[in-house]
Amino acid sequence: MPDAWSQYSKKVMDHFVNPRNVGEMENPDGIGHVGNPVCGDIMELYINVEDGIIVDAKFRTFGCGAAIATSSMVTEMVKGKSLEQALKISNKTVAEALDGLPAVKMHCSVLAEDALNLAIEDYLSRSKKKRRRQSR
Amino acid sequence: MRRIYLDHAATTPTHPEVVKAMLPYFTDGFGNPSSICSYGQEAKGAVEEARTKVAELIGARSGEIVFASGGTEADNSALKGVAYASELKGNHIITTSIEHHAVLGVCKFLEKRGLRITYLPVDKYGLIDPDDVRKAITNKTILISVMHANNEVGTIQPLEEIGEIAKEGGIYFHSDAVQTVGHIPVNVDELNVDLLSISGHKFYGPKGVGALYVRKGTKLVSLMHGGEQEKRLRAGTQNVPAIVGLGKAVELAGQEMDKEAERLAHLRDKLIKGLGEKIDHTHLNGHPGKRLPNNVNISVDFVEGESMLLSLDLEGVCASTGSACSSASLEPSHVLLALGLSPEQAHGSLRFTLGRENSEADVERVLKVLPGIVAKLRAMSPLFRTRK
Repeated sequence: MPDAWSQYSKKVMDHFVNPRNVGEMENPDGIGHVGNPVCGDIMELYINVEDGIIVDAKFRTFGCGAAIATSSMVTEMVKGKSLEQALKISNKTVAEALDGLPAVKMHCSVLAEDALNLAIEDYLSRSKKKRRRQSR
Repeated sequence: MRRIYLDHAATTPTHPEVVKAMLPYFTDGFGNPSSICSYGQEAKGAVEEARTKVAELIGARSGEIVFASGGTEADNSALKGVAYASELKGNHIITTSIEHHAVLGVCKFLEKRGLRITYLPVDKYGLIDPDDVRKAITNKTILISVMHANNEVGTIQPLEEIGEIAKEGGIYFHSDAVQTVGHIPVNVDELNVDLLSISGHKFYGPKGVGALYVRKGTKLVSLMHGGEQEKRLRAGTQNVPAIVGLGKAVELAGQEMDKEAERLAHLRDKLIKGLGEKIDHTHLNGHPGKRLPNNVNISVDFVEGESMLLSLDLEGVCASTGSACSSASLEPSHVLLALGLSPEQAHGSLRFTLGRENSEADVERVLKVLPGIVAKLRAMSPLFRTRK
């Protein structure tokens, strides 16, 4: 008989079994919360930013193997990147970094991209408020 | 690592004796049952023997059994067959919101073509109320279709009562009995059904074969046109080896079913009890008593089903889920939603369906590995934190 066919790549399974950067962040500079329970995926992404560089990222995800793996991968990808570089990360680059996702699971990578964008937006709006407070 | 198969509601391994019975009909017994020569007559004899066995198991006459390619075809033949044959009489079908897609898909198809379909609700255990059936009947109702037991949650419906109501109203009554035939007693007269769908591979027969019971006198239009096989209700040369296999599977089920159902029910109850004790925030889906002997379906709060399945698979345990993430549709199980579960709970469902080769050790293995899997996934889940 042929080997068991897996819908996921080895990399996806690696990130599913050993997810990187799981957990809540004590003092995040930005939080991205996305997803809805109806489609079955909810993701929270936290970032720490210093001098315009994402120095740390963590996540918590309710979802399938692909959702967990893309969450884990995106936290790995953003670390050390400037905000501009991080904003260029798309769902496709996350999926590619995982050696691809099944077609029906591509929406999971969109979740990761959305969470990242929201976390950066959150950081930017917080720092704007902070600056405003400081200038007062 | 020894693999443990706990997805018998999806399909079962073909019984070795079934395979043995089938083999001669690929080679020496290859004849076409419609041929007059001795080769053909031998094959015909084998097909008729299988027909008699199927009829006996469900208390029917052999002339009332039509072989088909499986449960889906049997359901299609019953619903479309009655709809086409009863065009002048009416255009209304009553069914339930928790039917298998093989029934619901046909209903959607017929709806688009102008038929009116009533989808009856179920209670939190997945039971339909026979009174709802009675109330839904109009003078245009041509068919009532209610599954015998649900494939996801295992709830067994009160078919006798519903059948009685159908009979009073002179309305045909169909049941998709794919999950019950070969597992628990099914008698077409006791259940008052006119049409009943059977699938071979759900009880250790081969895939690609099933049957539709058609009570004598039931007016049905065939889906397949061509030759005169199966009393013109299903044209096409019969799949002789598969039909022989179905016959053998039926014979074995008749001998083993009662004892096996008792054994499985014991394993089922042990698994249900163990899961409830070892993992908090879990709920049994389906009816606690009126339930298939081999079905365990639970929802595990705060975690998603596919990720549990993947983790279980890595431990060698094969199960199933009602989560959308395991399918292409992105919609969680229509059955679990109809029972009133929230989408999160439907996404967090796990189904274990036991079978012949399972033992106490398999149940213990699940109870050993699942709590750790759930704990790991819950630690990752944003839903768990918000509840803590």
